[in-house]
Amino acid sequence: MVQFLIFACSDSRVSPTNILNLRPGESFMARNIANLVPEFNKLKHAGVGAIIEYAILALKVEVIVVIGHSRCGGITRLISLPDDETSYDFIDDWVSIGEPAKAKVIAEHPGASGEELQTLVEKSVRNSLRNLLSYPYVESGIANNTLKLLGRYYDFVRGEFQKLDDDDDIKPTTNIQESD
Amino acid sequence: MASNGKPIHIDDAINGLKKLLSENEDLQTVAVAKIKQLTAELEGVDAGEFNAVERIRDGFTRFKKEKYETNPTLYGELAKGQSPKFLVFACADSRVCPSHILDFQPGEAFVVRNIANMVPPYDTIKHSGAGAAIEYAVVHLKVENIVVIGHSCCGGIKGLMSIPDDGTEASDFIEQWVKIGLAAKSKVKADCSDLEYSDLCTKCEKEAVNVSLGNLLTYPFVREAVVNKKLSLKGGHYDFVNGSFDLWNLDFGFSSSLI
Repeated sequence: MVQFLIFACSDSRVSPTNILNLRPGESFMARNIANLVPEFNKLKHAGVGAIIEYAILALKVEVIVVIGHSRCGGITRLISLPDDETSYDFIDDWVSIGEPAKAKVIAEHPGASGEELQTLVEKSVRNSLRNLLSYPYVESGIANNTLKLLGRYYDFVRGEFQKLDDDDDIKPTTNIQESD
Repeated sequence: MASNGKPIHIDDAINGLKKLLSENEDLQTVAVAKIKQLTAELEGVDAGEFNAVERIRDGFTRFKKEKYETNPTLYGELAKGQSPKFLVFACADSRVCPSHILDFQPGEAFVVRNIANMVPPYDTIKHSGAGAAIEYAVVHLKVENIVVIGHSCCGGIKGLMSIPDDGTEASDFIEQWVKIGLAAKSKVKADCSDLEYSDLCTKCEKEAVNVSLGNLLTYPFVREAVVNKKLSLKGGHYDFVNGSFDLWNLDFGFSSSLI
């Protein structure tokens, strides 16, 4: 039984099969630039939508994991926008899915730049986890406790795999208050 | 939630229940049933969460010990940058990861995984995801090969074959997405109408790869690299029932002036 749906970057260095020692049959896998999950959009994002729809409704996966990583070229490009000198047909539109994550990081860490800023944005997979909630099958899966969302970060410079602080437990906004 | 708006502590909640039950003995049977159900639910949730998180943690621990720490030169180089020679399109199916079936090592292949390993045609509105990956791989990383790999028992292709002739869709996304391969379905149904359904699907799995290869040529940067012989386009099919792998080339070029 396929337990996981994993979103990972297309980067040649971060295959989840490799870094998590997955066996065939364990995880359905989506790989794209900068491991982004866009919001539900039938016109612009049928590819990601189809993966999520199939994974939950047909395969009934129990866990969706979004894995960010170090030295991500897609995130580097996102941070450099707007760029008046170079333009791409697709890359900038795609990485702009991460714009809310970038804006939040800059607002919360006004002095951050260079590698520190890059790492903070790479770790902002919470943006993608929140976007997952815009898919009705994800929202009802979480409400029914049949689905869990996890955020993780693979740092291949230090050789670490980190649980992201607040990103491993995302709930729909209509949640009952939990006790401390 | 307590009436003063503060979250209720678990001890207070249990004491409140005990108090209620001691005052209303006829509620006890109902309460026992509900408490059993709640306990089972909580155990199930914990067990599921425990398995998934543990599985991930243990998986990385093993990778780090057996691969990362035993190949410091490789991982040291990869930390600085990547220069993969391949862009691979493979299905999201759990059984067909290119790292497994083609033994790709870290650094070798830039990989896109989606339903039925489809490459959509150039479309900046509808298909920015695929476009971005192809653009990054070809223009920025300068990969030398794009390989599109189909596979046996593909649920996406079955879905394509199952779409009614009038094209009506029952899903939000799946059918719309696999319709990228519609030309393959038409061809296969026309050419091989005598075949069994499962053989038709196999034919469609391979023909859909060809549709994707053709779609790759709608990207100007792909076409240019192919014509300049800097990029090669290949189709593949992995059959995990028979344990075989097929591979073929797409030959494309413009001749010099014919006049």
